[in-house]
Amino acid sequence: MTNWDRFLDSFFNMRVAAEHLPKIIDGFCLTIVLALCIIVTGLAAGLLMAVIRSFAIRPLNWFIIFLVDLFRALPPLVIIALLYFGLPAAGLSLSGFASAWLALSLVLMAFAEEIFWAGITAVPKGQWEAARSTGLTFLQTLGFVVLPQALRLTIPPLTNRTIAITKGTALASVVAVPEILGAAQAGVSFSFNPTPLTLGALAYLVLFLPVVVLGRWIETRFAWKR
Amino acid sequence: MRDGEGRMDAPPVRGTIQAHGIHKHFGALHVLKGVDLVVAERELVFVIGPSGSGKSTLLRCLNRLEEPSSGSILVDGIDLLDRRTDINKARQRIGMVFQNFNLYPHMTALGNVMLALRKVLRLPRAEAANRAAAALERVHLADRAAHYPGQLSGGQQQRVAIARAIALEPRVMLFDEPTSALDPELVGGVLQVMRELREDGMTMVVVSHEMGFARAAADRVVFMADGLIVEQGRPEEIFAAPKHERTRAFIGQIERH
Repeated sequence: MTNWDRFLDSFFNMRVAAEHLPKIIDGFCLTIVLALCIIVTGLAAGLLMAVIRSFAIRPLNWFIIFLVDLFRALPPLVIIALLYFGLPAAGLSLSGFASAWLALSLVLMAFAEEIFWAGITAVPKGQWEAARSTGLTFLQTLGFVVLPQALRLTIPPLTNRTIAITKGTALASVVAVPEILGAAQAGVSFSFNPTPLTLGALAYLVLFLPVVVLGRWIETRFAWKR
Repeated sequence: MRDGEGRMDAPPVRGTIQAHGIHKHFGALHVLKGVDLVVAERELVFVIGPSGSGKSTLLRCLNRLEEPSSGSILVDGIDLLDRRTDINKARQRIGMVFQNFNLYPHMTALGNVMLALRKVLRLPRAEAANRAAAALERVHLADRAAHYPGQLSGGQQQRVAIARAIALEPRVMLFDEPTSALDPELVGGVLQVMRELREDGMTMVVVSHEMGFARAAADRVVFMADGLIVEQGRPEEIFAAPKHERTRAFIGQIERH
């Protein structure tokens, strides 16, 4: 057996691939569900916090900044482990899926809040003044004038951050969630062959390449007409 | 906080501004030091003065974009500084035009004009669109309704901004250096629209350095310096025979320019 054959047999073993493909596909679907849950709750919570922050209620803003800094500073794996292994000690046990979802949502929320907030503050003061001078309320101005502009500004950094954090779904393999990486690792242990990892990597590409392309499309779609 | 001066003895008159004893502090900075300004219905008042004289701050107090530190302001009979006054309702009657246009970049010209008609006056879409189109017609931009601000020249943007304000049929229009950000060749179109507004009987307060326009169109010129009104009168008086040294110096500088 040459080195090249050994390489092919290790990473592109068709027999092993065929055997473990169904499990990887299951993991693929689970990863999509987990990622979507994280994106929806993380972005919604981040936007909500940024909106609350724009009311400039000082104690509330301190609390938001504290939360945001906390979840930006902690490694996501530490949060997942704390929720999954730590909470049962407090009499509350979360499934691996719920732990990963909650932990990564909190992390995405923290980063998204900062990005949305930066977007809101980047909208010129004159936009607020023009809208308020026509009799629009604070909330109407925020909703119809400022946020639409802020969201356009935030799309590129938000896309990057969202992709980075949803890739963290791989961390859920640590708490026994059979998502792509979990399924692939299980496959490796059963077959004593790393080919399932190759399949896993391909699955991640199939999942995230379209997301990256979609992000690029959204960026051009939402650019202002000039 | 407020001194009640000029509140009781000045009965509300429709379409007028009655501002009395307006003070404004920005921290340690005393920007307005007790300004009285009364604008009659259909009057066009020009406010001039060196930069930092407080003229823009005064204008911005008149729709409470800037909160006066003390004083009283009645616009169209509404006490702007009364805590019970719904400021959003009051602002429907006070149109404002800004130096930098401040059009909403994500909306078309028509969308810019329609927003307040829909959300503040709560008009149905079709009616709001009709009224917005009529307002754009008044500023001679009916053919630009579907354009975004980025596709319009500065002069056209400023005229859309005027349409956005007049669509609400305000009783008073405030102009904060409306032509200062424009290239010289675009100034004429904006001034033309302002002249037509005046001919239609709009009450206007204009902060601007367009002295030619002031001469031709203003009923009164108010000269401000250091947070106070130094002198006011008919344009020919202020420009030809200013009484105060500061006015003379300022007019001289502008004329030489």
